[in-house]
Amino acid sequence: MKRLLLVSLAAAAVALGVSVSAQLSFPEIPYDAVDPLVLTRDVYIGEAAGVATNSKGDIFVYTRTGTPHIATAGSRNVSHGGARLLQFDRTGKFVREIGQGVYGFLEAQQVRVDTQDNVWVVDQMSSQVIKFDPNGRVQMVFGRKPEAMRVPNLPLSTLADTYALVPRQGKPTPAGRGAGPNAPPGSAAPGENFNRPTDVAWDSKGNIYVSDGYGNSRVAKYDPNGKWLKNWGSTGTETGQFRVVKGIVIDAADNVYVADRDNRRIQVFDTEGTFKTQFRNVGSPWAICVTPGPRQFLYVSNSNPPNNLDYDGEIIKMSLDGRIVGKFGRAGKLLKEFGTVNSIDCRSENELYVGEIGNWRVQKVTLKPAAGTQ
Amino acid sequence: MKRCVIGGLVVAAVLTAGVGFAQNKARAENVPEIPFESVPNFFKMPPDVYFGESMGVARNSKGNIFVYHRRDDTRLFEFDPNGTFVREWTPGLYGFEFAHKVRVDRDDNVWVVDEGTNMVIKFNPEGRVVMVLGRRPEAIEGAVETPEGDPPADERYLFGRPTDVGWDGQGNIFISDGYINHRVVKFDRNGRFIRKVGSNLRGSEPYQFNTPHSLAVDAQGNVYVADRGNQRIQVFDNNLVLRAIYDNVGNPWEVCISPGPHQYLFSSNSNPDSNTPASSWDITGEIYKMELDGRIVGKFGRAGKALGQFQTVHGIDCRNPDELIISEISAWRVQKVRLRQTTTTSSR
Repeated sequence: MKRLLLVSLAAAAVALGVSVSAQLSFPEIPYDAVDPLVLTRDVYIGEAAGVATNSKGDIFVYTRTGTPHIATAGSRNVSHGGARLLQFDRTGKFVREIGQGVYGFLEAQQVRVDTQDNVWVVDQMSSQVIKFDPNGRVQMVFGRKPEAMRVPNLPLSTLADTYALVPRQGKPTPAGRGAGPNAPPGSAAPGENFNRPTDVAWDSKGNIYVSDGYGNSRVAKYDPNGKWLKNWGSTGTETGQFRVVKGIVIDAADNVYVADRDNRRIQVFDTEGTFKTQFRNVGSPWAICVTPGPRQFLYVSNSNPPNNLDYDGEIIKMSLDGRIVGKFGRAGKLLKEFGTVNSIDCRSENELYVGEIGNWRVQKVTLKPAAGTQ
Repeated sequence: MKRCVIGGLVVAAVLTAGVGFAQNKARAENVPEIPFESVPNFFKMPPDVYFGESMGVARNSKGNIFVYHRRDDTRLFEFDPNGTFVREWTPGLYGFEFAHKVRVDRDDNVWVVDEGTNMVIKFNPEGRVVMVLGRRPEAIEGAVETPEGDPPADERYLFGRPTDVGWDGQGNIFISDGYINHRVVKFDRNGRFIRKVGSNLRGSEPYQFNTPHSLAVDAQGNVYVADRGNQRIQVFDNNLVLRAIYDNVGNPWEVCISPGPHQYLFSSNSNPDSNTPASSWDITGEIYKMELDGRIVGKFGRAGKALGQFQTVHGIDCRNPDELIISEISAWRVQKVRLRQTTTTSSR
């Protein structure tokens, strides 16, 4: 695999007319960016964890905002608030809020819009995936928010008493919880018991895939009605294993691309979870998107970590076979710079929406690819 | 100057033997009293609007007044120049958790410093967030135990309970940071790290801090840091090279530098929370007016709960050096204070 990858990289580099050096350099894609949302003293966001557009061009932002808090309830603490889902029209004007105060909005992680314009939200802290119909009504709920957290504190994704707790030794790691004593770590039980899930995608038959996530290390597959079909993955560095399953997208041929962030790769599977290939040339993939249309591309963000602006931050455009077309951007706070990109919408190949954690901002990025780079 | 430094070190060494710091009687003697009056009922509050602990206060160029305070939640209020309530800004903003300071820059951008979210947030004059520095810890990590011993090494782009913000003429950003770290960080106008002075470790040597609690920048770009726990103001040039130490005005909780051709430095030797120990009421609570070189022009005020007295001053707006807006933690109050003109006197 490794040799194949190098060969394909070299081939790509030669094809693009650049030289291969120890530090692979890819062509810069010229681009511009604007701040598309009309934000005011009255309409404001926090960390722009998720951004997605629907078929009409409306923009959905799932943001970490408000005051996430815990309320004392005897020996257990109950968590509330901290995320909102806002809808803007294509001109950036605020349209409405969806899901005000719903039970599962705690820490925004991702928002995606499916082909029927349903809006899907992934919440990292409630460990839930919530499907809203185009009118903004709740249509389907996956997972259940942990009832409460124990006192003294545990990470807020940890159930207090509904399930057996992992003994508190050092940092509690509920990964693999419920999958049985012999299950590999991170594999998780059949069903919906997510642990800090990150993203959602659909194949051509409407099956639902959830990347799960920070806590577990699996992909979970459900049928279009939400019935669990299968899991794959566990914590590790082998193929088919993950360390922080950060994102998931599916192309028109039903190839499943999984952003395996801390293994610094994208793994490609078929819809049954059979490993096909991997791309190791993308840095740490924090966000991933696949374009529609007859010739599809992937966008992958090698985001800077939230505590540093001094390296990484670029977004990479690649073909579905893993060859890099080019890259753009770097870490920073100015327009055209990126602050820990957590979400990319690429409904239009050359007009992206990018959600940033670090800058509390959505940018609309217009790519101006030179002729011959595609 | 050298003598001041040495004297300061001795005092600081004694201080750090205890826990944190004790509020001290200022060493300056024979300081002229500046006559002043506090305007009664200056702030006109709607019936359902209250101040909490009034941490920061600042005016913009139009005279509108911003108060960043801890009520039920942390809130940012705007008043017109007559003290009439105008509006609240961005209730429930992700960066609002535990107010510490508000400042307005020369372009009327409003900056808040929040020690609960470890963030510094820049609003444009219309109230839109245009830059954030630092990052709120993610809620999912749950409550974090208060660390014992030394805090972890400081990071360029993260803060440990930051306290204040200021800017030089080029728009470079200076942040005092704070209660957990003990440093001052310089960023460029776009938020990129340039350099720092101090570290995660508390210290009493020159270039070290024991709770840098406030800062102000003069027209030449010099940075005056209220090194509260060390009972001194450390003055740095624009590259954070130490230029002077003023150690005779007590424990500076708040510093402010007035604009204009003749700038003044105000520094508050605030009385401690809850007036504990009780004797502190008698020896602290005054505000000093100084020349930038450290010579004291005079002082005014003392600890007390009545109008015209102060209860733990935490914010000073000195856009007009003869008409200050002063916010107090313990009194849940903001006062407008008029200083009468004084002859130029200086003392040590």
